[in-house]
Amino acid sequence: MTTHTTNKQATVSLVEAKARTIRTRIINMLGAAGSGHPGGSLSAADIVTTLYFHEMNHNAAEPRWPGRDRFVLSKGHAAPVLYAALAESGYFPREDLATLRKIDSHLQGHPDMNKTPGVEISTGSLGMGFSAAVGMALGLKIDKSESRVYTLIGDGESQEGIIWEASMFAPQHKLDNLVGILDYNNLQIDGRVSDIVDIRPAAAKWSAFGWHTIEIDGHNIEQIIGALDEAKSIKGKPTMIIANTVKGKNVSFMEGQVDFHGKAPSKDEVAQACGEIEASGPLG
Amino acid sequence: MSEKRATREAYGETLIELGRVNPNIVVLEADLAKSTTTIKFKKEFPDRFFDCGVAEQNMMAMAAGLATTGKICFTGSFAMFATGRAFEQVRNTIAYPSLNVKICPTHAGITVGADGGSHQTIEDIALMRVIPGMTVIVPADYYEAKKAIAKAVEIDGPVYVRLGRATLPMIFDEDYDFVPGKAIVLREGTDVTIFATGIMVSSSLVAAESLAKDGISAEVINISTIKPLDDNAIIESAVKTGRVVVAEEHSIIGGLGSAVAELLCEKHPVPVARVGIKDVFGRSGEPAELLKYYGLTDEDISQAAKGLLGK
Ligand SMILES: Cc1ncc(C[n+]2csc(CCOP(=O)(O)OP(=O)(O)O)c2C)c(N)n1
Ligand SMILES: [Mg+2]
Repeated sequence: MTTHTTNKQATVSLVEAKARTIRTRIINMLGAAGSGHPGGSLSAADIVTTLYFHEMNHNAAEPRWPGRDRFVLSKGHAAPVLYAALAESGYFPREDLATLRKIDSHLQGHPDMNKTPGVEISTGSLGMGFSAAVGMALGLKIDKSESRVYTLIGDGESQEGIIWEASMFAPQHKLDNLVGILDYNNLQIDGRVSDIVDIRPAAAKWSAFGWHTIEIDGHNIEQIIGALDEAKSIKGKPTMIIANTVKGKNVSFMEGQVDFHGKAPSKDEVAQACGEIEASGPLG
Repeated sequence: MSEKRATREAYGETLIELGRVNPNIVVLEADLAKSTTTIKFKKEFPDRFFDCGVAEQNMMAMAAGLATTGKICFTGSFAMFATGRAFEQVRNTIAYPSLNVKICPTHAGITVGADGGSHQTIEDIALMRVIPGMTVIVPADYYEAKKAIAKAVEIDGPVYVRLGRATLPMIFDEDYDFVPGKAIVLREGTDVTIFATGIMVSSSLVAAESLAKDGISAEVINISTIKPLDDNAIIESAVKTGRVVVAEEHSIIGGLGSAVAELLCEKHPVPVARVGIKDVFGRSGEPAELLKYYGLTDEDISQAAKGLLGK
């Protein structure tokens, strides 16, 4: 369960410290696996940490508790950030993280809802998690549930047609229990999103499609919290948070580097990356 | 058999060769240019390379449109997304009007490895084989992949070429004359026939070698064109040996195993054993570990052959 602190700055500092820990776990996990996706995991670290350690009602002791809020990692290749958040929350032992992508591990290369406790739905094929999140929000709405659904999509992922099919359905059915977050790092695999198939103007597109749209710095915990609070006050339509992010955030040699989309860090790189993250502030 | 290469490596290289002689070759990619190796074509022919972004369905239907303007379109991405995500675009907008589009995705099968079950297509042969008029080719090594990609241009209509990430031993060489629709006897035998495709061809040759040590004479036939199937070659060998093993890195449902069983059931029923993925999804792991886990090693092929012989 989330603990709410009255002091705002204290809350922000706690989440920031937790985000640093999540980042070191991501790096270590990928180093041990020898393959996987650091860039998009790090760009999403502050958002996912805020969701699990501030925003969402959830219970690691009872992963399928009906009253929980749901998180869907539509950009499933960022599985390490989700696994780190789940392990830190207590869904499974932290030691499991070192088994990522190994043949007997419950931690698959892409999230598997039947193997990993806390994973709400299997993702990995881009675009589909977002539609599944819309379906979850619809189901919860039918049941008049108080639970909310959060889903993270990539900017490259936003090129999939299914994103825009779902984007029209959600406002049609007034799914105000749904919050989408766009991890807008402007990088995909083949280069800059703006050079491949541009999604600009992203905020205007989502607004035009009937979503309440908020633009923030996706690495500013205070702004993330503020946007999530604002989303709760919006009735009758879903909210899309356009989070401007940096791929590989907080690791100097990964920041903005397309090559670290899907390449694991070497042993030396793991040490350097963790050193940089630890030097940036306390762990949580 | 020392040098090993992946069939995907043949893709970008062959596209460049084709691009040099044929100005109508156009290559479409869906944000995986490095993995599929189309980046090589992009470097030499930036004007005939288009990255569609992460939008496989749009890529396939656009390829159909390009084909109507006389372009010969090669479409990339991973096999999972090219045949799965975009299945109906391929079925209705490429194949139904019989348009000249070549679908040559990479990363087919479980040898994708650590990315796991969501990325390991074990259904693509079935999906492509069931479409009327689709030619389906599964190369067994780098050279066969090169020849098949080049030959695809000479076939007027949709062609699927299944490419992989795993590095494989060489079976053929630069002089190999690939003929679409023709099965190739790689080793003659009299007790059992092993029909194999893709990565399972080299392991079938290893299996035949070990079977020989046990006094079993196995015939190994490479079925690289799964559709149209070389009916005569398959029946001829089944008549000769009377026992058939089919080996593929694909579900035992709907792939080569099914194709061979369907044919032999009608034309010359003999006992058939299918070596393939037994109706389950893949998972993360090292390719070699996964082949073992799912029963796709040369030993599994030998065991299947021995089973048919009651040994
Ligand atoms: C349907 C589908 N097509 C292709 C891929 C391969 N793929 C994995 S990640 C990726 C790029 C995603 O870019 P983006 O959404 O911007 O992710 P991020 O930058 O946040 O890592 C691609 C093409 C996939 N997983 N699913
Ligand atoms: Mg991105």
